[in-house]
Amino acid sequence: MVTKQATGSRTGPGPAPGQRHVRASKQRAAYPYTLYLPAAVVYLVIFLVPTVMAFYFALTRWTLFDSTFVGLDNFRDFFAEQNLRIGFANTLFYAVLTSGLKVVLGLLLGVLLTSKLRLRGFLRSVVFFPVLVSTVAVGITFSALLRPDTGLVNKALALAGIDGPDWLGDAGTALLSVALVDVWKGVGIATVIYIAGIMSIPRDYYQAVAVDGGNAWHRFRHVTLPLSWPATYSVIILSFIGGLRSFDLIWTMTRGGPGFTSDTIASIIYKQYQAGFFGLSTAGNVILFVVVTAIVVPLNYFLGKRQATL
Amino acid sequence: MRALKRFGVEGIALLLATAIFLVPFSFMLLTAVKDEVQSSDLDFAWPTSWPIVQNFVEVIEARDYVLLRAYLNSTILTVASVALIVVFAAMAAFVLQRRAGKIGSLANFLVLSGLIIPPAIVPTIWLLQALGLFKSLPGLILVEVAFGLSYAVLLFRAFVAAIPRELDEAAMIDGCTGLTLFFRVVFPLLKPVTITVILTTSVAVFNDFVNPLYFLPGDDNATVQVTLYNFQSQYNTQWNLLFMDIVLITIPPLLLFVFFNRKIVDGMTAGAIKG
Repeated sequence: MVTKQATGSRTGPGPAPGQRHVRASKQRAAYPYTLYLPAAVVYLVIFLVPTVMAFYFALTRWTLFDSTFVGLDNFRDFFAEQNLRIGFANTLFYAVLTSGLKVVLGLLLGVLLTSKLRLRGFLRSVVFFPVLVSTVAVGITFSALLRPDTGLVNKALALAGIDGPDWLGDAGTALLSVALVDVWKGVGIATVIYIAGIMSIPRDYYQAVAVDGGNAWHRFRHVTLPLSWPATYSVIILSFIGGLRSFDLIWTMTRGGPGFTSDTIASIIYKQYQAGFFGLSTAGNVILFVVVTAIVVPLNYFLGKRQATL
Repeated sequence: MRALKRFGVEGIALLLATAIFLVPFSFMLLTAVKDEVQSSDLDFAWPTSWPIVQNFVEVIEARDYVLLRAYLNSTILTVASVALIVVFAAMAAFVLQRRAGKIGSLANFLVLSGLIIPPAIVPTIWLLQALGLFKSLPGLILVEVAFGLSYAVLLFRAFVAAIPRELDEAAMIDGCTGLTLFFRVVFPLLKPVTITVILTTSVAVFNDFVNPLYFLPGDDNATVQVTLYNFQSQYNTQWNLLFMDIVLITIPPLLLFVFFNRKIVDGMTAGAIKG
């Protein structure tokens, strides 16, 4: 199966006819499709085959060793899960909130850290720091900081006379808290993307604004904001996909609780896998696949179109 | 007056950044060096005693030196998968950027799919089992490579676009084609973005928790992230050891960052984001 798949990807189109022939043969020699081969083999076997098989196994009752075809039963059961509707709404809320905040904060930090700030280098490292710590470690740390009684967050709030909630134990705040921690951890990447984007804006534009007598706001509004659009696009797409698939932080901090109030599609899938419902879990995976594709593909198209008209 | 105002803004920014980003880290460090009783308060108090060495030794010795085995496993996993991702993705990105056509658009589509599609976990387990690679380090390496390729290809492709084709043609006149053209001429030029890919991918693989949990269960095969999970259940209340473990496994990515800090943005500015 392996070799078949691999050679399949190598078979190029026949030689182009007519005047293009020379260029085509030159291309064939300089950029042979064999360079695709290693990546293609691993990708096809380890990623694509399971993805395609998922569509079949989702329709079965499955123990890894043998499977009985049960039609759409798994999907019916999955949709009948009482927590699925919550999980669905949570996933969307989480993805929108985290990617939105990452765009806003990443842009602000990006502007701040490309300005003439003296402590720029230090601050850049500080903001990027959380990216280096594993999600599980971040989850454990914030679970401790967000404790209702001894946690630092509520102690600080108490100093200001505010009675903080039980962030992770309260149904109303659990998912929000996890999302904010996600932003804390991920905003460093967004910031680096924005820094790269802002630094590649030619200086001339800023000079033009200066000639017209513009101030810092004008520079931001008319140069930085529109010209860092490619960065915004990358941040939105990357963090939105990450948000829709989010699992490890939620799992470490709340396990989907209290009750099912912070469950996302990914955590429901994991729970079903843990319980041994492999077919059901795979059906969940297929649903997640459909949801992600249905949202990201149009979003990508829409954002890409906006980029082209700029 | 203006200078004063700017100074004020800088001061506030610094203060905020420190509070928001550094306080959690100081909390980790403080808890890691406390004794067991005091650490269980999970507060921000100054340590009354400093059993640093003792905590360190206890974490290392726990569960028959599982942390050392985990370090070894994680190192092998990270080095092997990052090396494969870098070479495979750079090769693919090179052809993808240079050669259009039906195969090119198909490859393009697959790269984007890899970024968007959530991996089908249980069918992947089933497949690895059929290949005899389930619960093995090579199996997990292949999984990390397959899941990490797309992002790396995107970064590389944008960077290849910035390398002039004339260079390829000059090399071809000198008789370089295919593999030699790529490895002798193009790959060395990709150094800035290669560093970006190495850094981001190795941090992602080293810190990965989900895939080892699914594909490499068991104490013998533990990776460093999974040791946190073990510590949590075994040392339910020994928070000092748990945080000592966190500190210890955060050191490698931190070192990597210290060495490559400045190059990350360079690699991204050089082309990746313009794409």
